[in-house]
Amino acid sequence: MTTNGDFRLPQTRGFGETARRDRWWVQPTVVFLALSAFIVYATFRALENGYHHYEGGGAQYLSPFYSPLLFDVPGDPSGHAWFGDKPSWWPALIPFFPAFFILWGPGGMRFTCYYYRGAYYKAFWADPPNCAVGEPRKGYRGERSFPLIMQNIHRYFFYPACAFIAVLAWDGFVATRFTGADGSTHFGVGLGTIIICMNAILLGGYTFGCHCMRHLIGGRLNALAGKPIQRACYDCVSALNKRHMLWAWSSLVWVGFTDFYIRMCASGAWTDWRIF
Amino acid sequence: MPKATFRIWRGERGDGAWVDFETEVSEGMVVLDAVHDIQAEQAADLAVRWNCKAGKCGSCSAEINGMPRLMCMTRLDTLPLDEPVTIEPMKAFPHVRDLVTDVSWNYEVKKRIKPFKPRPPDAADGTWRMAQEDVERVQEFRKCIECFLCQDVCHVLRDHHKHDSFIGPRFLVHTAGLEMHPLDTEDRLADLKEKQGIGYCNITKCCTKVCPEHITITDNAIIPLKERVVDEFYDPIAKLFRIFRPKKTE
Repeated sequence: MTTNGDFRLPQTRGFGETARRDRWWVQPTVVFLALSAFIVYATFRALENGYHHYEGGGAQYLSPFYSPLLFDVPGDPSGHAWFGDKPSWWPALIPFFPAFFILWGPGGMRFTCYYYRGAYYKAFWADPPNCAVGEPRKGYRGERSFPLIMQNIHRYFFYPACAFIAVLAWDGFVATRFTGADGSTHFGVGLGTIIICMNAILLGGYTFGCHCMRHLIGGRLNALAGKPIQRACYDCVSALNKRHMLWAWSSLVWVGFTDFYIRMCASGAWTDWRIF
Repeated sequence: MPKATFRIWRGERGDGAWVDFETEVSEGMVVLDAVHDIQAEQAADLAVRWNCKAGKCGSCSAEINGMPRLMCMTRLDTLPLDEPVTIEPMKAFPHVRDLVTDVSWNYEVKKRIKPFKPRPPDAADGTWRMAQEDVERVQEFRKCIECFLCQDVCHVLRDHHKHDSFIGPRFLVHTAGLEMHPLDTEDRLADLKEKQGIGYCNITKCCTKVCPEHITITDNAIIPLKERVVDEFYDPIAKLFRIFRPKKTE
């Protein structure tokens, strides 16, 4: 028999201390790197203020990072802007980045999402770094007080997120409309069409499977018997919610890829593959 | 038969040390079998709580290689036996002796939760009517065997010792089972927010990961309760709608 130190209970372990034998640090590290990469790329694209729409071969593709496009980027008419050019009243001293008008919506939805909260509390705050692993801080206030009590605002990001899904679905439809040489529009499908439609589907799966939607659609009630439509909706949302993490990551990666694809096409580096 | 080393924490009331035991292992053994062998052959005074050996009584909770698990449900062939298997008592509760902790705090917490309060009977014979589909939702929460592994892994209790202001995942599941019951008329939301500290949960999902009954604690119990607390206390539009909606019928 041998002895190896001692401790008291309940004990508090130091940062990263654990008896776990598995590679517990892999998951938070991957989350940290993936979310950081996305934030850096999205910020870069919003600040880049260009390459967000593509008209090659008659296509009408719009990047989801800029959709809905409220105002065109100065000097870059796209045909997608809801209100046309940059408003004349816009102060000259404030830089004009149309992406920032809308990125607060999906950004806020994801920042306050229950899945992402659990993921980034671990990856960015180490609170805890992973299950049964020691933390760097002794104090803890959780989501009971400011600032994290603000996470309860989640549903107020969810409502506009639903509208964003409708807009992105419309973008998918528009991506099936190609302009011919004579100026008329006709149905067509390019690789970009599929990418943009897939983006709307994945974001829809993420948004409509969120815990907030599940609560609002029926989870808030204790009895759904006798309400077959509401029951069906609740079951449907619950089915999406079971894979919420998968929807969250696949939609995040795909929305970034969609923007990247359109950027590469718009910059001339790639040519959209027209399927028919 | 091959041998494996088990590094067991031994001591009393928090004072103690790791002790290595080597014992024979065979196909189909679980960690509790090895502990029993050690108890029978090498350390007759080794304290360990156990009962059913079938994952249904929730007695043999411990930390095996650093993760909260039931000793009786952890097969040795799922562990790397080329290095010592560590077995420790749970960390979120006061230590008694060796692998035994005092979990009585949990029973005190349970007493503080408002009990089931059904609406008046639906029929003259004193019985109620409810749809199976509505009861199914809370059936999941009734699978809990009170092993308290979820309490042990929850960092709010384990690392921050918020036992006075947070009831932990086990009792959030218990509260969900009452609060979401189709016959229940009690309102526990103010208690959840103020006294029971649901806001401390930061959704790490560790409780769900360690649950031996595979209850979806976070997604099906805690988050729905959090959403109900939002309805009640943080959502001005929901508050407005509530003015026009009748409360739970008694």
